[in-house]
This record gives sequence, structure tokens and C-alpha cells, in this order.
Amino acid sequence: MTAQILSAIFTIIIGVGGCVVYYWGANKILDAVFPSRGVSGAAAVDNLRRQGLIRPWLFVGPAMLIVTVYLVYPVIETLRLSVMDRTGQNFVGLANYSWAFGDREFRNSIFNNLLWLAVVPAACTFFGLIIAVLTDKIWWGNIAKSLVFLPLAISFVGASVIWKFVYEYRAEGQTQIGILNAAVQYLGGNPQVWISTPFWNNFFLMVILIWIQTGFAMVILSSALRGIPEETIEAAVIDGANPFQIFWKIMVPQIWGTIAVVWTTITILVLKVFDIVLTMTNGQWNSQVLANLMFDWMFRGGGDFGRGAAIAVIIMLAVVPIMIWNIRQANREGGGGH
Amino acid sequence: MASASGKSFFGRFGVHIAVLVFVAIWTIPTLGILVSSLRDKDQLIVSGWWTALSTSSQTEAGRLPGASAQIEKDGKFVIEGNIFGDGPARNISAFGTKAQQPTQYEAGTVADLGEGVSLQLNADGSFVLQSPKAFEGGRGQRVYYASSAPPRFTTDNYQTVLFSEGIGRSFINSLTVTIPATIIPILIAAYAAYALAWMRFPGRALLIAVIIGLLVVPLQMSLIPLLKLYNGVGLFFGVPAKTYLGIWLAHTGFGLPFAIYLLRSYIAGLPREIMESARIDGASDFEIFVKIVLPLSFPVLASFAIFQFLWVWNDLLVAMVFLGSGSDQLVLTGKLNALLGSRGGDWEILTTSAFVTIIVPLIVFFSLQRYFVRGLLAGSVKGG
Repeated sequence: MTAQILSAIFTIIIGVGGCVVYYWGANKILDAVFPSRGVSGAAAVDNLRRQGLIRPWLFVGPAMLIVTVYLVYPVIETLRLSVMDRTGQNFVGLANYSWAFGDREFRNSIFNNLLWLAVVPAACTFFGLIIAVLTDKIWWGNIAKSLVFLPLAISFVGASVIWKFVYEYRAEGQTQIGILNAAVQYLGGNPQVWISTPFWNNFFLMVILIWIQTGFAMVILSSALRGIPEETIEAAVIDGANPFQIFWKIMVPQIWGTIAVVWTTITILVLKVFDIVLTMTNGQWNSQVLANLMFDWMFRGGGDFGRGAAIAVIIMLAVVPIMIWNIRQANREGGGGH
Repeated sequence: MASASGKSFFGRFGVHIAVLVFVAIWTIPTLGILVSSLRDKDQLIVSGWWTALSTSSQTEAGRLPGASAQIEKDGKFVIEGNIFGDGPARNISAFGTKAQQPTQYEAGTVADLGEGVSLQLNADGSFVLQSPKAFEGGRGQRVYYASSAPPRFTTDNYQTVLFSEGIGRSFINSLTVTIPATIIPILIAAYAAYALAWMRFPGRALLIAVIIGLLVVPLQMSLIPLLKLYNGVGLFFGVPAKTYLGIWLAHTGFGLPFAIYLLRSYIAGLPREIMESARIDGASDFEIFVKIVLPLSFPVLASFAIFQFLWVWNDLLVAMVFLGSGSDQLVLTGKLNALLGSRGGDWEILTTSAFVTIIVPLIVFFSLQRYFVRGLLAGSVKGG
């Protein structure tokens, strides 16, 4: 164990240290090659100018290199691979795309993704907004918010184990150790195998993501609610509005922009949802989604890069418009300060 | 809020109840695995975790020692002992000698088994079997009893998963991935952000546009080409394709656009006067960056660090593609996913492992909540 820890520490130091050494060393070398101190005035000015030309590239160089290798090149390459066969050698035109739309599993994934899109962002925003409003009114609101927010720190895999335990099934008559089936049995119902009942299992998987993301919606919306001018609410109270009218007619319209940002952010997350489906069902019982299907094709039967790439492109086509709108909206929300 | 002050008692009461219900729904699932991970594994499979504090009762069967254990006392043949042997003590409420009537006699009473034979079984498990004639045969008397065990909590499960199930090793692997994959992008992004905010060079505006453009690229677009690239590099240089360096750089690449975007908008907002007076004093860009910009940017660096740390720690997809599945590289999320397959029904292993994987994020979350929330606000409202 100690040997493992030592080797881990050693690896970490090498990795981080190498990075520090580059920036420090590159600047030292630049200062040494074009010295600005201890040389004559004209030479110093000249060298300072040269330093000014080179130094920005020392600063942005690593970032540019990494972003090029890890994002720019892969995007182009994925687009290219999506029109190639499984090995990436032969051009096949749009065959991968036409395969996808004829494939039962792919169509099932699209259907499920649409289902997720219809339910999860709405549910997160709805619960987040309600909890944000309610917790604002009570003295232990911050504690309550922390607890609702907490699942956001938990990994999707961890959350899947947590909920798999909630959904745990034992045959009728046995002691149920999953709390959901125990509750069902207590109320006189029959225990169900929640995650392998086609169609409905989608909703039990969605619960996990809603459980994680509601805290996110709550925190963002809560800070937006704080920004509502007190006078608008006071004026409504004086005019005799009831709490529901205040909520729907005064508060919600004023934070509409933030609601849209929360909604779209979660929408993007839903389009990329992967871990939950992989760990809960791995796409069995008609619960497949696009991101998991793509991952599957990367390795299925030695990997079909053409089909995998085609699915990735389809995910991107769905994500990009929402993301662009989201960034624009967010910049506007931020007040365009910078 | 003003609207709360005018509410009736019932209205306010209702708010408390509603919030309580939400909090219960959001905490009970996590509580379930925490409680289960601390329970005795035999109790875990026979009763729900919500009953962990009450005693669990069950009906069991046992066999008394055979004739060889008898001693002769006052003209009678007696077998004495404790039905639980050296095992953990439990509380017997009733016993019987027939399978049809396992709880025929109350604990502590003397049961008449016929032909002068009597059996007394006490609540603590001690028994006295008496007979006027000598016992015969090697097999002892069959006894049924209803026993209740007090709640048993143990850290055995943690011992097991950490040291024999490989979770401890994976924990170290996760740290090995996460720490550099958090620090490296911060360093690289901070330098780039400073250059993009405060240094003049041709193509700066274009670079900023490209970085923001890359924010929209989903991770999935990068996986296949990078997998091919890594395999190619591995083959070409004869090195392993799946290395820690590889995953650090992958996480760095995926985190960089957001990091640069976040840091640049913060660093660009730092007061111009400070930079200029430092420059007049003869400080170079490197010195300005290290001595002025980095310390002043601490809040945004901390926010991004927490964000990236949790993202990498909780990541499964990148780890599955870029790291191997051997014990020397399997991270916690991957290990947990593997356990779900191999130890599907062993809830004492699964709940305990799950709790080990979420404990670090929870500590980070509770100790640095302020930065965490700030990073989240920055990340979403400013375009993550």
C-alpha cells in the first residue's frame, strides 16, 4: 500500500512539476536570450520588443496545442470518420447515417432521449424553483438547500448505486430491502422490478438525474429570486395579490431569462447522459440512450468507429444550437460586463 | 421576503412541512447506503436499512450436542451448554422441538419432551437437557427458537472493500488521476487567460472566438479520434496507450475552453492601474502574472479547481476510454461500475464502496461550499 501511495505521489509530482518547469523555464530562457537588464539602452529596448513578440505565445502556446489536439482535430476527424466504414479506411458516404435511422436500437435511443428531454429539464426546473421559493421563507432554509444541493457532488455512478438500492427487488412475500418496494408492499401493492420494465424504466432512471440536478436549478434560481426588486412584490401585496399570483405573475416573469438558462443547461446534460444508463441497465430493456449507444459502438465487436462517429455527430448536431443560444443568453444575463 | 410576513399560521406550517418532504426525498437515498454500509452483512440482507436501529427477529433451528456431552448428576443424565456456542449473543423469546411449533414454549420455561425428558432453554441461549435414562446416539436433540438480535453496527465492510475488494487501490488511482488533472489545466488556462486578457499579439481576437466556439463541442466528438490517436502513438513508440499522462492531458483538453473562458473574464476585470504601475516599476509580464494576477484571481481559481476536481473525480466516460481496467489504473467510478456487474447482489460491498467513492466529493462540498456555489453560478450563468 505504501509503495502504491509513494508511486502515486511521485507520478503526481512529475506531472505537475513538469508543467511548472515549462512556464518558469521558458520565461527564464527568453530573458536569457534577449536580456533587457544589464545591456545598453538601445539593445534593451530592442530585446524588450522581441520579448513582447514572443512571450504571449509562450503563455498561450500550451493551451493552443492541447486544444488543437484534444478538440479541434477530433471534431474534424470525427466528421470524417462518420462517412467511413468501421475501420476508418474506406469511404461509405452517408451509409452510417442511413444505418442509424433504420436501426431499431438507435430509434429506441432517440425516442428515449426525447422522453428524457421532455421530463428531466422540466422536472429539475420545477422542483428547483419550488424549493428555492419555499426555503427562502423559513429559518432553516439554508440547511434544507444544502441537503437538496448535496447530490450534485455525487458521481452518476455513485448515484446509480444509491438508487439501485432504493429500487432493489425481492419476490413477493419476502422482506423487501429496497425502500421503494417496501413502501409499495406496506401500502398493499405488489413489489415491482422497476428498472427492467420497458418504457417505465426510463422514468426510474430519469429520477436519478432529476435527484442530482434539482440542486443545481435551485441554487441558480434562488440567486435570481434574490435579485428581484422587493418593491415589485410589496406593490403586488398592497394590491391584494395572493401568493400564487405573486409567484406566477410577479416573480416568474422577472427571472424568465435565468429559468431558460437552467432549462437549456440541463437539456445539454440530458443529451449527453451516459453513466446512469450504463450502470443501471446498460441499455437493456429498451432503456438505451444516444451517448451510451455511441460508447457501445466504440467497442462492440472490436469497435465500429464509423457508426460511433455518426452517433457522435448526431449528438453534436443536437447540442450545438442549444449551447450557442445558452452562451448568448448567459452573456446577456451576466450584464455584458466584459 | 415580504410576502411571508402576512401568512397565516397554517400557511407557514405548510411551508415547513413541504420543505421537510423535499429534504427527506433528497436525503433518504444517500442515508440508505450510509446506514447499510455500517450494518452487519447478515442483517443487511434480511431487513430494510430503515429498521437498522430496531432488533431484528428471526426463527432458526439448531441442534443440541449429542450423547457424548452428557454428564451424570444426582442420578440424572444432563447435557448443558449454550446454543450459540461462542457466537454473538442473541435474545431468545421462545423455543420448541417441533418444526410445526417452533415457538411452543416461552424462553426460560421447562419443556416436557415426554418419557421424563425435559429441556429448559433460557433467553441467553443456555440450555439444560435432563433425562432419567442415559442419552444415546451421536445426534443431539433438534431445537427451534425465535431469536432477536440487537442492532449490530460494524466497520468490517469498510475493511473488506478497502483492503480486499480493491477499492483502496482505486482510491489512490483516483487521486493520481484527479490531482494533476485539476492543477495542470488551471496552470495552462491561467497563463492563456492572462495573455488573452492583457497582452497584445496578432490573432488574439480570433483565438478568443475559437475558445468560446469550442465550449459547444460535446465530449463525445473527441473520444474516437483520441482513442485512435492514443493507440497509434502507443504502437508507434512502443509505449502503453493507456497512461496517467494520457488521461491528465485528456481532462486538461476537455476542461480548457471553460477554464480559459471563466478565468479570462475574471482576469480581464482586474484593475488596469495595478498592472500598469507594476509595469512602470519594471516588472515583466511573467512577474506581473505570478506576483499580482495569480493572487488576485484566487477566488475564481478556487471555483474552477473545485469544479474540475469534482468533474474528474466523478467522471466515468473519460476514464473508461483512456485508462485500462487493470487494478493499477481502475479509478473509483470504474471500480464501482465493475462491482455492480460482478457483485450485483452483495449490498454490503456495493453500499460501502459507493460511500467510499462519494465521501471525497462530500467533504469538498461541505468544506468549500462557498466556492463551489460561486463556481457553479459562474459556470452556468456565464456559459458552461
